[in-house]
Amino acid sequence: MPKSSLIGQSLLRVDGLEKVTGQTRFAADLKVPGLIHGRMLFSRFPHARILGIDCAQAQALPGVHAVLTAADLPNLRPFGIVFADQEVIVSQKARYLGDVVALVAAESPEAAEEALSLIEVQYQPLPAVFSPQEALADSAPLIHAERPNNIVNHHKVRKGDVSLGFAQADMILEREYRTQWVEHAYLELEAVTAVFHHDQLELFGSIQNPFSTQSMVASALGLPSEQIRVRQTPLGGSFGGKDEVMYLMAARAALLAKATQRPVRMQHSREESFRESYKRHPYQMRYKVGATREGLLTAMEIAILADAGAYAASSTFVTWRSVVHAAGPYRVEHVKTDITAVYTNNIYTGAMRGFGTPQVIFAVESLMDELAQELKLRPDELRRRNLLTTGTVTATGQCLNDHPVSLRDVMDRALQSIDYAQKINEPAQTGTTKRRGIGFAISHRGCSLGAEGVDRAEARLRWQPDGTVLLSIGLSDNGAGLNTVLSQIVAQELGIGTEQVRMDEPDTTLVPDAGSTVASRGTLMGGNAVREAAIHLREMLLVSASQLLSLPAEQLSFVEGRVCSNLDPSQVVSPAEVVDWLASCGKSLEATGSYEAPTVDWQEETGQGRAYFTYVYGCQAAEVEVDLSTGQVRVLHLVAAHELGRAINPATAKGQIYGGVAMGLGYGLLEELDLHQGQARSDNLDRYLLPTTCDVPQVVTPILIENPDPAGPYGAKSLGEPTNELTAAAIANAISQATGFRLRELPCDLIKIVLLRTLKPD
Amino acid sequence: MDKIRLHLTVNETTVEVETTPNRRLLDILRDDLDLTGTKEGCGIGECGACTVLMDGKAVNACLVIAPQAEGKEILTVEGLARDGKLHPLQQAFLENFAFQCGFCTPGMLLAAKALLDRNSNPSRDQIREGLAGVLCRCTGYIQIFEAVEAAAKEWQK
Repeated sequence: MPKSSLIGQSLLRVDGLEKVTGQTRFAADLKVPGLIHGRMLFSRFPHARILGIDCAQAQALPGVHAVLTAADLPNLRPFGIVFADQEVIVSQKARYLGDVVALVAAESPEAAEEALSLIEVQYQPLPAVFSPQEALADSAPLIHAERPNNIVNHHKVRKGDVSLGFAQADMILEREYRTQWVEHAYLELEAVTAVFHHDQLELFGSIQNPFSTQSMVASALGLPSEQIRVRQTPLGGSFGGKDEVMYLMAARAALLAKATQRPVRMQHSREESFRESYKRHPYQMRYKVGATREGLLTAMEIAILADAGAYAASSTFVTWRSVVHAAGPYRVEHVKTDITAVYTNNIYTGAMRGFGTPQVIFAVESLMDELAQELKLRPDELRRRNLLTTGTVTATGQCLNDHPVSLRDVMDRALQSIDYAQKINEPAQTGTTKRRGIGFAISHRGCSLGAEGVDRAEARLRWQPDGTVLLSIGLSDNGAGLNTVLSQIVAQELGIGTEQVRMDEPDTTLVPDAGSTVASRGTLMGGNAVREAAIHLREMLLVSASQLLSLPAEQLSFVEGRVCSNLDPSQVVSPAEVVDWLASCGKSLEATGSYEAPTVDWQEETGQGRAYFTYVYGCQAAEVEVDLSTGQVRVLHLVAAHELGRAINPATAKGQIYGGVAMGLGYGLLEELDLHQGQARSDNLDRYLLPTTCDVPQVVTPILIENPDPAGPYGAKSLGEPTNELTAAAIANAISQATGFRLRELPCDLIKIVLLRTLKPD
Repeated sequence: MDKIRLHLTVNETTVEVETTPNRRLLDILRDDLDLTGTKEGCGIGECGACTVLMDGKAVNACLVIAPQAEGKEILTVEGLARDGKLHPLQQAFLENFAFQCGFCTPGMLLAAKALLDRNSNPSRDQIREGLAGVLCRCTGYIQIFEAVEAAAKEWQK
């Protein structure tokens, strides 16, 4: 083993050199001989029956190789991870404006564009619904005939008896909060290339999860998975956003490649990406909370409507995470929560960093501040009286007794760092129109998938003749630095440098499936599997070395990257020598490791159970300056304290905090996809405002709190999503403290701050 | 559409390209010269992923039509490192973790170079202003500011 541990060191990114030199080839950068261009024709109406499509003119256009509609493809099947309700090309009717009615492949993008304009589609527009309320009305049209009342799913929590809890309360508060439509806005647009080699389909592109893409494309096209090879090109951001949209794009490219027998690339423009790709769910949340005079919570009743848009996608899972976390990180004896995801004719919604928690944290943390004000308690005091501690029970009936619950710690550290106790008493007015305020939010967050499904990961390591170690794992570095962290684990266990660890290509034919890179599970699940593979590899090295040296294995040790005899220090052999010797015997030095998450359980009827096997805890505090004349909010200081188990690489961990905070600030202050009658009026980055260098907080103070967890590699848990889920809530609370009024709808943009309402043209 | 002959210097090499005049500098760099370090993120000059230097000034290559580049000197990310040695900004980005997915990095590096060429000792606020034309969705920018400050120190030497 190396003298100093590599765990906890800010080692440089293993993919850094190619990224700072612009050599990283993203999906759209790859040159392919003979490539032709695929395009799709979107539906003109958000809800319409397709009566007929005339492609004759488009087909006759020079340079056009194929025009496809559902009528040409009778074997196409609907697909979906929970409900198979989505079609690669719609056959009977379109359910939103991003549905595709026809595909074109042509020699040039210009010819493809012209061909699209020549396709004649006859539509019969149908009545459409654009909000969950409209969709749930008795008279509402059914968006999917087989889904009654337009309901995707309904999750609930039933703990105790809320009527009893409210009877015990001295004060009852009822509030409604809303959140907006949000775009992932990964900078790299979606792109995929399909190539057929005889009957073998190869797909490569900006695919977040190669294995789920493989199975979804197989199910849509009716091909065996084994005939589909999916390779992931380096991802230019994803944030949960490159799943379903990529399944569709990959399947379409495959259909065109098959029809033309040419390699086909499909690539979205930013406008197409806004129009088609799934978004973060907007939520409407009604909260009712009861508390005693002393500020002890007695009951909470929560009803949430989530707009699923036209397709279910991962709504079932997103809203499940919401139902687990909706009552916040508090001890409440009586809880009743209902969350319903509803089909509409809007753009469909799905996974996005946070996955159903940024919405409910905004609501419950706003509610706590409002309750504190009514009870004349300081917001931190109210939380201190109710927060989860080790050995207490969550709203979903889980006793947190197998890891240290560090909520109080994260809160204390954040509030101390921002000087909360001092600043909460300072006058808000700092100028004629300027007001200062401070606020914060806290959360607990279940790590990895929880009771959503099977949670396991597998990894493989091979010691190569040049002394490097090849790591094969089906998780992907979405940009956050996972490959660096996994390399550190391999290097640590094998006594080598991270530069001696090579990452295998994320390719379904090469790497073992490790589940999806989602739910902040990469370091936790992947790290455990990789660590176990490394330990196995070391053991196998010792066994082989003992054969080579003709010494008993128990007399050998692995020291500083070499195997040596405990009795005779001159008896030393390097891994490369062992690999060479094995090769001469026709063998290789290879090991696998796997990790299965500890068990979880869930009772769907009561919403009680061990929802996740462990949790992380966070607190973010914000100091803001609000200009009442312009509505501008400047975030002067943001402190983000996150308990993450253990930071394998503190610099990349801090990078997660800075990035999560910026995305959370966008959610709180700037970002809103303006949807009107199902149409995205913000269709590019001029009208959809992402935080720029000038918008991010003046100062960000990251605080990493380590509390090694028995379940994680070296104690490491999760960080990517917790950093993103608290910021908007903290900023909203700070704005309220500064201005004296409360905005219960995100984003807290200029117009709402000046007018206290939205202004939207019809 | 009739083609034109375009003469420009890209990363200190003179090139001649035959193109229709309606194409963008971005397309010429990426498709004709295979300089794919320059990225397209929006096509309307908002995201800055296609930022290159044209006669020393940062421009969005998606907003430069081919004839506007006639006779110009273009610097792309591929031209930053010299003789196998990273540019001080590249080194600083590497050491300060100033990138995550790396998609905006080429544009960010060139915007930073344009800034440091104008002002070799910028304040934090001047760095914010100078880089405001390039969007990054991953990093939250803080480590980028730190990298530019570190590079500025090198610049001074």
